[in-house]
Amino acid sequence: MEALEIARWQFGITTVYHFLMVPLTIGLGLLVAVMQTLWYRTGEASYLRMTRFWGKLFLINFIMGVATGLVQEFQFGLAWSEYSRFVGDVFGAPLALEALLAFFVESTFLGLWIFGWQRLPKLVHLLCLWAAVLASVLSAYFILVANSWMQHPVGYEVVDGRPVLNDIWAVLTNNTALVAFPHTVFGALAVAGAFLLGISWYHLWKRRHDGIDTVDASGRVQIGAAAAPARDATDHRVWLRSARLGAVVAMIAFAGTAVSGDFQGKLMFEQQPIKMAAAEAACHDGTGFSVLSVGNLGSQSCDDIVALIEVPGVLSFLANGDFTTEVKGVNTLVPEYQEKYGTHLPDNPIYGDRAGTEIDYLPVLEVTYWGFRIMIGFGAIAALAAGIAFWVLRKGTVPESRWLMRLAVFGILAPFGANAAGWIFTEMGRQPFVVAPNPEFAGIDSVFMFTAAAVSPGVTVAELLTSLVALASVYAVLLVIEVRLLFTYVRGGVASAMPELASTPADHDGGSGHRADDADVLSFAY
Amino acid sequence: MTEALPTLWFVLIAVLWAGYLFLEGFDLGVGMLMKLVYRTDSQRRVLLNTVGPVWDGNEVWLITAIGATFAAFPAWYASLLSTLYLPFTAVLLGLIFRAVAFEWRGKVDSPAWRNRWDWAIVLGSLTAAAGIGAALALTTTGLPINANGDREGGPFAWFNGYALLGAAAVVLFCVVHAAAFLALKTEGGVRASALRVVRRFLPFALLPMLAWALAVQVSGGTMLTGLALVLAAGCAVASWRSARRNRDGRAFAALGAAMVLMVGSIFAAAFPVVLPSTLDPLFDLTVDSASSSPYTLGLMSIVAAFGLPLILAYQGWTYWVFRRRISERSIPAAHAVTPL
Repeated sequence: MEALEIARWQFGITTVYHFLMVPLTIGLGLLVAVMQTLWYRTGEASYLRMTRFWGKLFLINFIMGVATGLVQEFQFGLAWSEYSRFVGDVFGAPLALEALLAFFVESTFLGLWIFGWQRLPKLVHLLCLWAAVLASVLSAYFILVANSWMQHPVGYEVVDGRPVLNDIWAVLTNNTALVAFPHTVFGALAVAGAFLLGISWYHLWKRRHDGIDTVDASGRVQIGAAAAPARDATDHRVWLRSARLGAVVAMIAFAGTAVSGDFQGKLMFEQQPIKMAAAEAACHDGTGFSVLSVGNLGSQSCDDIVALIEVPGVLSFLANGDFTTEVKGVNTLVPEYQEKYGTHLPDNPIYGDRAGTEIDYLPVLEVTYWGFRIMIGFGAIAALAAGIAFWVLRKGTVPESRWLMRLAVFGILAPFGANAAGWIFTEMGRQPFVVAPNPEFAGIDSVFMFTAAAVSPGVTVAELLTSLVALASVYAVLLVIEVRLLFTYVRGGVASAMPELASTPADHDGGSGHRADDADVLSFAY
Repeated sequence: MTEALPTLWFVLIAVLWAGYLFLEGFDLGVGMLMKLVYRTDSQRRVLLNTVGPVWDGNEVWLITAIGATFAAFPAWYASLLSTLYLPFTAVLLGLIFRAVAFEWRGKVDSPAWRNRWDWAIVLGSLTAAAGIGAALALTTTGLPINANGDREGGPFAWFNGYALLGAAAVVLFCVVHAAAFLALKTEGGVRASALRVVRRFLPFALLPMLAWALAVQVSGGTMLTGLALVLAAGCAVASWRSARRNRDGRAFAALGAAMVLMVGSIFAAAFPVVLPSTLDPLFDLTVDSASSSPYTLGLMSIVAAFGLPLILAYQGWTYWVFRRRISERSIPAAHAVTPL
């Protein structure tokens, strides 16, 4: 493989992986903050338990987002030095702002929250969590501003052939970013909603399975209590409330992603028309949305693709808000791109062996076509399932079916898949550009960069392979460990986050001599 | 005014690095001491909990130093990171392992599990400190970069004595700085061991950093940077004497001041070059040649002028909240998570 391919795989793997952790951090963080707020306001035990339990899972996952996020801050310079030099004046600013204004708040106040349970006044402790969580949302905004500039560069002038920032407000209010931000936050909430719903379903099922909760002949739920303090009636309330909250959040989140996604589609149609065409694998101009296209997408050739089922008008609606506007297909767009941005890569040493070769403006159709559909499909399935689940939960518990429980737990993966597919679609759909041209600017004001020009010229294939293998294998191992830890903590129920619920008071006497009420003993310790 | 902006940002980046070494310096060192000095699990848990609430916030100083370099000096960011590709990859892997180890170590109640994560913390901290030390030494002494700022030579073309010197300088500083920190933050046996480390090793531990500073001083130093080194030596002596007299706070502060003075002297002596080329002085990246536009720098200056004091205030508050000394009796019993 060439350096460019390895560098792209590395960026793709590390970033998609990072974005498995991040939506859960953002979404679950917001929900835990809501739970703690409810506890602060009502003093009800079930809200405290919810805060502690979901907060523990939040932290197990949070740290992976932090650890993998470090790589993001470095890897532009490591493998993409030409990119960094070319765009640094504009692109570096949102990254630095993210660190200064978001990461410091997030990490500092989360530390205060984790260790501050008994040490801080209740309100201050709650506000620490809100500060940390809102900072993580703010960091999402800044990084989307940076990414949106790559999709739709604004707020710059060209000096010596390079984009130079001249309007930060234009960059911060880039319409691409303003729609990507709600889309991403709703996507994160969809993940958190499914996470709450699936795990709570498991616990409601387990309570029935263990004979604690029963359903009588008339269909009424009888809430029981087991001997262990962790499995009392409050425990039932924890899971039921969590399940309902998760279902509602999942449904709202899907609606939010749909509306914001609709805006995104219309912007994409204007800003990156070939990405829209590639999402459809649409060769010819038309109005129809393909539900199923067959043929050989991998051939990258229009002659091999046939849309089997097509809904007329829908593509026009996605792109333009009506049912009649013709959306340009690949066959029209490629010559347009060739005319504007050249047919061959320039004879510039930064392109290495690729200098002078023909530019392929068509993104990988298999990826864009299926990425787009997996995103929408998985999102919709998760929302539909959440709707059904909400209805099933109306009586206060879940059916005894083991398969249904498994479905609910595995359903957690659907919005993760939708998020990953969406990102893969939008990033792969931007190719062959790393910075896509903004069609509003022409000639000397136009800024764009081919991915082939962005890679670090001095870095060897051996180095890239080493880091790719090292990072990918470390990430794989850590993912396995994280999932196993999450499973362990989920199986332990609320008691895994509140050890005082794990045993009856009588068990405490023979302990290690550390009493919980001892003022010197830390309320939380690593 | 706009002509001064690149210099201002060079100073700010030096401040971010000094801040990073001061703050994360002790939590990296605490990580290394987990296996170097302390033997029992309860002692190790004391160590972890001295830095538990703060290590992640400390690490953001690194992210900010790197992010600010990207924004303010894109050419510096691009050349330094791509030239030191493998060392920075190692630093990242070290920091990843360390971060998850802090959070996950106590999540399963088993000695084998803890032991594995203890090693992750020790080796992760060591790798990160060594890599960052090497990178900082090399950016002040030179790397084989060509006119475009790209490395000439293979993956290890950067390797030389300064890389080793910088690695040793930061690793050893972190270890004594952490010991001084532990003396200040703990009680009982943990504190006694920490004080022993400071008293025995402090004079030697700062020598590599002093050697690095002198090397840069010889090539580009001024009266002022030389004076800073003399002051640094004074602070080191004061720190050592304070540690011998059980004045924990002073020992820690004076040691930190010695490092800040040395790092400040190094950056000031290197100025205005941010990354010298060992191939040809013409290829040196300088404060002016590597910097962003006045607009970008001006904007970032405004944000930093509001942001940095605020960051110092709330991070300072965190240290105030968790100011109490920790001892082995502060540590609650480990609890096993069992399925219902």
